[in-house]
Amino acid sequence: MVLSSVINAPPSSHAVWILPSRGRVGMWCLIAAESAVFMIFVVAYVFNIGKSNSGPQPKDVLDLPVFATVCLLSSSLTMHLAVHALRNGRLGAFKLWWFVTLALGTIFLASTGREWYRLIYEHGLTVSTNLFGTTYYSLVGLHAFHVTVGLTAILVAMVLAVLNKVHAEHGERADVFAMYWHFVDAVWVVVFTVVYVVSR
Amino acid sequence: MASESIAIGAIDEPRQSIGEWLTGWVTTVDHKRLGILYILYSLLMLVIGGVEATIMRIQLIVPHNHFVSPEVFNRMFTMHGTTMIFFVAMPILFGFGTYLIPLMVGARDMAFPRLNALSFWLTAFGGSLLYFSFVGGNGLYGAGNAPDVGWFAYAPLTSRAFSVGHSTDFWTLAILVSGIGSIGTAVNFITTILCMRCPGMTLGKMPLLAWLNLVTGGLVILAVSPLTAAQIMLCVDRYLGGHFFDTQAGGSAVLWMHFFWIFGHPEVYVLVIPCFAFASEIIPVFSRKPIFGYPVMVAATVAIGFVSMSVWAHHMFAIGMSSYGNTFFTVTTMIISVPTGIKIFNWIGTMWGGKILLRAPMLFCIGFLFQFLIAGLTGIMLSSSPFNWQLTGSYFVVAHFHYVIVGAILFTIFGAFYYWFPKMSGRMYHEGLAQAHFWLFLIGFHLTFDFMHIPGILGMPRRIYTYEPGRGWDIWNLIVTIGVFFQIAGVLAFVAGLLWSMFKGQPAGDDPWDAWTLEWSTTSPPPDYNFATIPVVESRRPLWDLKHPEDPDWKYE
Repeated sequence: MVLSSVINAPPSSHAVWILPSRGRVGMWCLIAAESAVFMIFVVAYVFNIGKSNSGPQPKDVLDLPVFATVCLLSSSLTMHLAVHALRNGRLGAFKLWWFVTLALGTIFLASTGREWYRLIYEHGLTVSTNLFGTTYYSLVGLHAFHVTVGLTAILVAMVLAVLNKVHAEHGERADVFAMYWHFVDAVWVVVFTVVYVVSR
Repeated sequence: MASESIAIGAIDEPRQSIGEWLTGWVTTVDHKRLGILYILYSLLMLVIGGVEATIMRIQLIVPHNHFVSPEVFNRMFTMHGTTMIFFVAMPILFGFGTYLIPLMVGARDMAFPRLNALSFWLTAFGGSLLYFSFVGGNGLYGAGNAPDVGWFAYAPLTSRAFSVGHSTDFWTLAILVSGIGSIGTAVNFITTILCMRCPGMTLGKMPLLAWLNLVTGGLVILAVSPLTAAQIMLCVDRYLGGHFFDTQAGGSAVLWMHFFWIFGHPEVYVLVIPCFAFASEIIPVFSRKPIFGYPVMVAATVAIGFVSMSVWAHHMFAIGMSSYGNTFFTVTTMIISVPTGIKIFNWIGTMWGGKILLRAPMLFCIGFLFQFLIAGLTGIMLSSSPFNWQLTGSYFVVAHFHYVIVGAILFTIFGAFYYWFPKMSGRMYHEGLAQAHFWLFLIGFHLTFDFMHIPGILGMPRRIYTYEPGRGWDIWNLIVTIGVFFQIAGVLAFVAGLLWSMFKGQPAGDDPWDAWTLEWSTTSPPPDYNFATIPVVESRRPLWDLKHPEDPDWKYE
């Protein structure tokens, strides 16, 4: 009983109470959800390889998009450099690398557009031509849609940066966005492997 | 008494114009208001889905009935299933989660309040799209036409050739839109639970409701996303002439089944795990004992979460999978009953030797325990693929899953409603009407769904709009439909009690149940900011520690 007052003092083990960042956890959740969506599209693509009854086959019409792939994967590196510069307050370097990221992403998207133009007008492949067309445009298009969303966000931040409204304190937000961009790049590795290597 | 309280049932709210009141509710990002919006929206949809079920049961009350046409019957079972799963069960559970999670983890709001509002309005918009199909399903000419492809919408029924007009488009867009809302809610739940806990609330000291909703959030992310992807594919097929599910062009109808059930089975656990959470909060308080086996409960829930991702094809035993596929899904389905059984023992262990108070929330939870056990047992029967071949697509299956969804899920939702109603409104519910609700609904439930198993075993297929007399199904269908009217009477008692309590209920006080979790430490209804000072907790039952400083829980945990 004498000790009870001592024992009843709560164990203040939470003197330093640190919780994970909301932005990071939220983005990880979003990435998990997006991964599930992409997984279903990849499964649909792989399941249907070689099942088209008619029309062009992947090996007839697809070329390896090497340059576009190099551009997109490099943009992950430039994004990392941009965020790193922003966190350290080097705003000039941030704007430079951010712009390079924007440019590389745009090149990738333009290259996808050119590929689609070629497939549609030279080979007559559309979504409704055959099963390959359906699965190919859906999977690559879903990825291109995610690139477009990312580029839109990068463009908005670029405009804000040019107006000098982006500062070192926005580093955390840029970092969370960078997670999305890296994810989109990682998905491209899977799409590239499945569409341009395995099925060709 | 709480002059800063929220509007519903508030006791001395300052006068405001209808416009201000409406703007307040429409533009709100407060988790409590959004939670109440979710719950009210779901209750409205519950009535609509219930009317659809009643129409079906009246049609089936006697053989060769002509109450509705076969076409209307098809629309009714499609709309009933879609409504009850996507626009009643999910939003009402999200509503309770949205309302309770920040309060129970000691936070002032969700992690992303605006995303929270977006999620609710996407869900509400999805429901409106679904019901707009009655008007716009035929493309705004001729009579209205709701979707009639069944709630799992197997290919090729959903192809342009078999679903002319726009009814199936409304169905797929409604699911797509509300699915995006659900994923937003799940992101919010997980982030709130991981990142917004008050000081001292380590993962091991979280209320079980928070733990179980964390698992639910993960399941929603992993299960609803594939459904969203499948709906995008269906849109591609219907709008752009794609061939995903078009067997004539080499596509696969079975692929749709897999994609749907990869969502469909975890979805059952998305619905039932929050109900486990309600039971895990209510049963201890009304047994006056802490929950029995907290770590086992958490582990069992996480185990259910994992295993539930690998049981989906038990919905597809009849499509002709390989014997390895059948064996795998039989075994995983039987395995998932183990952690589920552990939970039932935990709740019974909590009640064992407790001082049980038979108030309405506890009555509903006890009903849940018995009915969930029976639902689980018929589930184990159906998990065995040879047995399943006999009974697949029969009323036995319908009876089984309604035993889960009504007997377990809806019962605990009603229990949760009565348990947290005093917190949400500031007023006590009417105990007499609540007890009447329980007993009427219990009798109606058992009349309907106990006896529904029998015509299933006697070979009555689901989704038929009528049947021949003299097959031995007549009496059972009559009893089943009679049960529906008891259920309706129970729901009327519920609505009457809700309305009476909103306006005439006794003021509840902050902590009417002498409970132990943080939501009871603030006023009823809670102020906009939830807690004047952010609480600090030392154990799983912070209010017990506060009320019993001589014998606090943290000494034993």
